[in-house]
Amino acid sequence: MSDSGILARFRLDYAGFTLDVDLALPGRGVTALFGPSGSGKTTLLRAIAGLERVTAGRLSVEGEVWQDETVCRPTWQRPLGYVFQEASLFPHLDVRANLEYGQKRVPGAASRVSLDQAVAMLDIGHLLDRKPGGLSGGERQRVGIARALAASPRLLLMDEPLAALDMARKQEILPYLERLHDELDIPVFYVSHAPDEVARLADHIVALQNGRVVAAGPLTETLARVDLPIRLGEDAGVVLDAAVAARDEAWQLAHVEFAGGRLWVRDQGLPVGHRVRVRILARDVSLARAPASDTSILNTLPATVSACAGDAHPALTLVKLHVGDSPLLARVTRKSAHALGLAPGLAIYAQIKAVALIG
Amino acid sequence: MLTATDWSAIRLTFELAGVTTLLLLVLGTPIAWWLARTRSAWKGAVGAVVALPIVLPPTVIGFYLLVAMGPNGSVGKLTESLGLGVLPFTFAGLVVASVFYSLPFVVQPIQNAFEAIGERPLEAAATLRASPMDTFFSVVLPLARPGYLTATVLGFAHTVGEFGVVLMIGGNIPDKTRVVSVQIYDHVEAMDYAQAHWLAAGMVVFSFAVLLLLYTLNPTGRRRA
Repeated sequence: MSDSGILARFRLDYAGFTLDVDLALPGRGVTALFGPSGSGKTTLLRAIAGLERVTAGRLSVEGEVWQDETVCRPTWQRPLGYVFQEASLFPHLDVRANLEYGQKRVPGAASRVSLDQAVAMLDIGHLLDRKPGGLSGGERQRVGIARALAASPRLLLMDEPLAALDMARKQEILPYLERLHDELDIPVFYVSHAPDEVARLADHIVALQNGRVVAAGPLTETLARVDLPIRLGEDAGVVLDAAVAARDEAWQLAHVEFAGGRLWVRDQGLPVGHRVRVRILARDVSLARAPASDTSILNTLPATVSACAGDAHPALTLVKLHVGDSPLLARVTRKSAHALGLAPGLAIYAQIKAVALIG
Repeated sequence: MLTATDWSAIRLTFELAGVTTLLLLVLGTPIAWWLARTRSAWKGAVGAVVALPIVLPPTVIGFYLLVAMGPNGSVGKLTESLGLGVLPFTFAGLVVASVFYSLPFVVQPIQNAFEAIGERPLEAAATLRASPMDTFFSVVLPLARPGYLTATVLGFAHTVGEFGVVLMIGGNIPDKTRVVSVQIYDHVEAMDYAQAHWLAAGMVVFSFAVLLLLYTLNPTGRRRA
């Protein structure tokens, strides 16, 4: 077989819960397995790792069969890395021995990530001689990630690695996760129920609900769908890839350019040309038939309505727009939509109150 | 002070306890692992059999072992056909009896230690390419160390203290089966209280020292006793 990418088909019945998925996922980048708790995302990840016994399953990773009707490799014979929600370090070993645990069990020829590389990437050189008991939650999780990397995985599985941490610790870890994404060529499956993490880290998204896949595809496209069966409510919005185009030092603003237009954002000191992601929440976008002149809103973009759909609240409607080649979501009241006569094809102005630069 | 026969009894006692404890650590580990991990319906029954020596009078254990290991018992016939003779009234017979008698005191602390480790470290090891056997030696055993320490001390001390089983199986043969507890009994029978005091006080001091060691080295480990 020469299929690249990751093919996963699992069917699993528990009392009161069925996981039934059939996925073809890209063999690169970060794929977010996203959904509410109880949707089966962790079970799916555990099935991929072989930690959950699934009799009816097929799994191949870049052409290599890990599981089908005739073979089912046990977890320890699958070249993967797994990051648990709690770092799950071995308490009897110091940090260095924890890192070496997986690394020295990988045959030399299959070793693709050196210990030094893993240590440097997670910035844990100063912790090597400490015991896990003396580390903070954030440090433990960084060691857990480095330990998984040092085992040279061909697929890195992360089960809500930030969920057990508080906000400050999350902010401490996120840059390292972004670094993995930018510097390593290892496909990552990232389980999360937090839309902001997904927006920041993922390239692809698989949305799960009640053990079934309800949407799957590239992040930008999938998040911009108004028919997404998972109601994101306040978190609905789009993520656009952009680059810093200019900086206005007088006003401390930066101009970022995406496929379809330019946006003013607060200058965060990033150099011109730097690639960024911007997240625009639907609740921060309002619509007008004509560009308003006397307004505090800096970003007003000409757009075309492409679809309207119901929102979590019956008073609201979710409007999908196109700005050039990029999608945008706006959430407005049904009353306003009616007054503006919103319908597919209508040219309109999108007024964007807030743009978040993420990564 | 202590006589030559007293010293012989002490030496024999420690030999018996040492051999028994080593055997129990080896035999008890798979039993404890199975009891800690299984979801089998037999778990309760096997656990109860292992714990029986805690509640049974030692004479009952000794009686059945004597019958089984005697020339007409199933074990006795087996050992005779293997050219080993019969086990009662030998040191080997005492070892076999002590293994049964002290089994729960070794299995239960190890089982508790295994159960306390939980599933997660085993899963983490598997995701880091460790085979189940590899995981057992590199993760489970080190994490169960407090349990092993408790098991060793309790198994040893409990074997040192046995009396009823020894009398039933081993009798009272000097240098072969006469252990300290039997020797004390002999002194008392002979109204030789002074000699009995030396040995009995020695046992008290020994037992206290052992428990002190256990509680000092292992302050947080789970233990019974």
